[in-house]
Amino acid sequence: MHRREFLALSGLTAGGLLLPSFFGNAIAAEQLLETIDPALKKRLADDALSAAKAAGASYCDVRIGRYLRQAVMTRENKVQGVMNGESTGVGIRVIANGAWGFAATNELSQAGVVRAAQQAAAIAKANAKFQTVPVQLAKAPSYGEVAWKTPIRKNAMAVPIKEKADLLLGVNAAAMAAGASFVNSTLFAINEQKYFASTDGSYIDQDVHRIWAPMGVTVIDKASGKFRSRAGLSSPRGMGYEYLEPDPAERFELPGGAVVYRNAYDMKADAIAAAKQVKEKLMAKSVKPGKYDLVLDPSHTWLTIHESVGHPLELDRVLGYEANYAGTSFATMDKREAHFQYGSDKVNIVADKTQPGSLGAVGWDDEGVKCKQWDLIKAGKLVDYQTIRDQAHILGKTESDGCCYADSWSSVQFQRMANVSLKAGSDKLSPAEMIKGVENGIYIIGDGSFSIDQQRYNAQFGGQLFYEIKNGKITGQIEDVAYQIRTPEFWNACAAVCDQSDYRLGGSFFDGKGQPGQVSAVSHGSATARFNGINVINTARSLG
Amino acid sequence: MSILTEAQAKTILDKVIALSKADECTATLQGSIEGNIRFALNNISTSGVVTDTSLSVAVAFGKRSGMASINEFDDAALQRVVRRAEDLARLAPENPEFMPIIDKQTYTPSNTFNANTAAITPEFRAQVAADSINPCKAEKLIAAGFLEDGQSFVAFANSKGNFGYQQATGFNYTCTVRTEDGRGSGWVGHALEDAATFKASHDIEIAKRKALASREAKALEPGKYTVILEPAAAAGLISFMMNFFDARSADEGRSFLSKKGGGNKLGELVFDPQVNLVADPWHPEAPVMPWDGEGMPRTKLPIIQNGKIANLSYSRFWAQKQGKQPNARPGNLLMRGGDKSIADLVKGTSKGILLTRTWYIRMVDPQTVLLTGLTRDGTFYIENGEIKYPVKNFRFNESPVIMLNNIDELGKPVRVAGDESSMVMMIPPMRLRDFTFTSLSDAV
Repeated sequence: MHRREFLALSGLTAGGLLLPSFFGNAIAAEQLLETIDPALKKRLADDALSAAKAAGASYCDVRIGRYLRQAVMTRENKVQGVMNGESTGVGIRVIANGAWGFAATNELSQAGVVRAAQQAAAIAKANAKFQTVPVQLAKAPSYGEVAWKTPIRKNAMAVPIKEKADLLLGVNAAAMAAGASFVNSTLFAINEQKYFASTDGSYIDQDVHRIWAPMGVTVIDKASGKFRSRAGLSSPRGMGYEYLEPDPAERFELPGGAVVYRNAYDMKADAIAAAKQVKEKLMAKSVKPGKYDLVLDPSHTWLTIHESVGHPLELDRVLGYEANYAGTSFATMDKREAHFQYGSDKVNIVADKTQPGSLGAVGWDDEGVKCKQWDLIKAGKLVDYQTIRDQAHILGKTESDGCCYADSWSSVQFQRMANVSLKAGSDKLSPAEMIKGVENGIYIIGDGSFSIDQQRYNAQFGGQLFYEIKNGKITGQIEDVAYQIRTPEFWNACAAVCDQSDYRLGGSFFDGKGQPGQVSAVSHGSATARFNGINVINTARSLG
Repeated sequence: MSILTEAQAKTILDKVIALSKADECTATLQGSIEGNIRFALNNISTSGVVTDTSLSVAVAFGKRSGMASINEFDDAALQRVVRRAEDLARLAPENPEFMPIIDKQTYTPSNTFNANTAAITPEFRAQVAADSINPCKAEKLIAAGFLEDGQSFVAFANSKGNFGYQQATGFNYTCTVRTEDGRGSGWVGHALEDAATFKASHDIEIAKRKALASREAKALEPGKYTVILEPAAAAGLISFMMNFFDARSADEGRSFLSKKGGGNKLGELVFDPQVNLVADPWHPEAPVMPWDGEGMPRTKLPIIQNGKIANLSYSRFWAQKQGKQPNARPGNLLMRGGDKSIADLVKGTSKGILLTRTWYIRMVDPQTVLLTGLTRDGTFYIENGEIKYPVKNFRFNESPVIMLNNIDELGKPVRVAGDESSMVMMIPPMRLRDFTFTSLSDAV
């Protein structure tokens, strides 16, 4: 995840002269509601496809994209910045002489797309001279002219900036009134208007929406110089503005008193709770390092699933395509053949590009493949990976899994993670019942620090709230907690998963991968899960 | 259209400034042509070129500001973008931290453009891939790498008569070489100004050597060790720490540079006296633009001097509020060192561990800048001045603040390639005492 990029975004003020490149060009808020005429997109796509074929391409796909990104950033009683960004252009990918070539331009004219198509073909031919294995592309049916839209109830782009700023300033005021020293809150809304056309005969128009409202509440103890923070317990979602309209039915009060949310988030209530909990953190005792049974809330577990299951089961990593940067994977192909015991029999993990409300849900991926759900781990055994069209044959598949994505018209599409989720347990079990059975444990809520090695073996995770469990009861908050795992041992230590009534989605808005780096957004669902005998370290240090 | 000359850019910018009726206006034009090639499994995987040009107009009426951008440059388009920015500004809430645009400045150009790098072709990139792949194939090794190059320009003008224009190029190469059995892995990275001085066939030998030498790694117990961090391994930790040199955060009490009871640690000894860090846009090996994102002129700015905090980053707003001088945001980071090479530092080490690269570095505790991450692509045990054997990778939990208080010796700084951090940096190899490894990793 490009948390560093997010930090950079959060630190922005209105002082800069340019939007960060991620946002594209600055536009007026009302232009966020505009779209490009599909007939124009089809004409340009056909021009590019013809030019590519004339230049010797055996395959070509054209993505005409209008990527809209809005951010409203506040701290305490100030709106620090409002960004309305638009990035529009066309990316053209071809296969010529058995090699890939890609070119992109923001010139949305016949001349512009023809030039880019020719450039892509020329690049493919230059690469083909050194290509020993020609690209093999799994078949994708021709879908003709089709469309898909995220099922939103309220388009966030249509909500006036003032309403968003008022929401955030209200959240900040509530946190300050509850004792916060500082509070930052931000609202991100994203709309990808993507048009895909290929020489396979598909013309796919998609309108994808996502939303995220992160915040950070800090309390400072001036006398000791100690400061502590808690991030919001919301999730980024593939939803509209309706996610920010509180609904008591979507509120979960957890053992110990913390409150988390499912399909509707009460940001103000979370800010008030955060201020109170951070004050407790400043007084909380420091954890004694050792082995603990961990009870992990879905607001935390999503990130552990993401890092230790989602990434290692990306076929491009397994094969070595990401060896130079993100890395490879311990979950090598022979392990699938041997039905490697990735986790205990409680561990059932699915990949799903269709899950409603998830960040990764689309109708078709960015190479024209219809999206689906499939099993990755069944009863703890590794059964499958995630792949795209030019690698599917390596798995013996005749079709791609539909995992191709590009974060912009100017980025070349490549394999990105589907929503990868831990299925809820089949027996009735609530978090309170789960905790009753824990003798010496820690209950972790919210995602914190995260780091994992380049083969996805050794990981370390923090959190937002840590509650000590003694003899089946929560005794209070503890601090300075991080746990270290070796992936297969961790998942094999999974002793129980709560039932479907506790299932919730978490996710990453800015998951980073690739060179040049691209971000994607992906959700991970789970119910509260228990992991026995996990190594916990104490992270407190002194600078003297 | 992507790369405009100074005269072409100035003509457009002057028109924009003249069109604006706002209290103040800044117009920024930028364009780029970026190329890249990726290879993996000894084959080229993806390769492309992206061109983009855009004009951004920022205006203000009093403390209300608005911004709009466009990528067309005829007179009607310029008129449209200015009016749009003005409409947005009129509707915007007043920003209590608003700062007026900067006055006319004099910028001393830095040498950020290289004609050889600007002239890179798809064939050049394919050849770099081939020169990386072929020597690996010959020895049954597997190469995966990435070359990213580009040329760009930025030009800006404001209604107080300020103007700047400069072109730049960039070149960044990284390559990981693995053994066929997956038991060895080595890495090399190279960022430079002049593409004509680059030889992939030379660089690849470093990664090959490390891949072959890192097989048969032994497990050492985690704990505190003397380490030698190669420049690339140190860069990720040091650049992370630089995110926390903001004066406002320190004054607000939420930084490792906050003082107990209030205020910040400006002028205080926080690091070993051997630590000296400066930013300098004119450094011949690591030049950057002579202005920051707001058009503030960069200077040669000491950040840490003999271990003391020499400068914190003061935004114009915070400087005014605190009665301080604002400074431009640094574009590069140059750490002073000695003359010794990595090999010299190894020779002078009785017992220690050599780290090629650090990875997945993340914040654990902002109070102490405790970071966690892992070693990768070449970790070796040193005894009596010699590399004895490869060791398994470690996870570390270490603060760069503590690490830079435990310096044994610094070597000769080199330009480091962009890896997890894309900051332009010159960093020395360094031998450090008591570096904290907390667990072993099975990853190769």
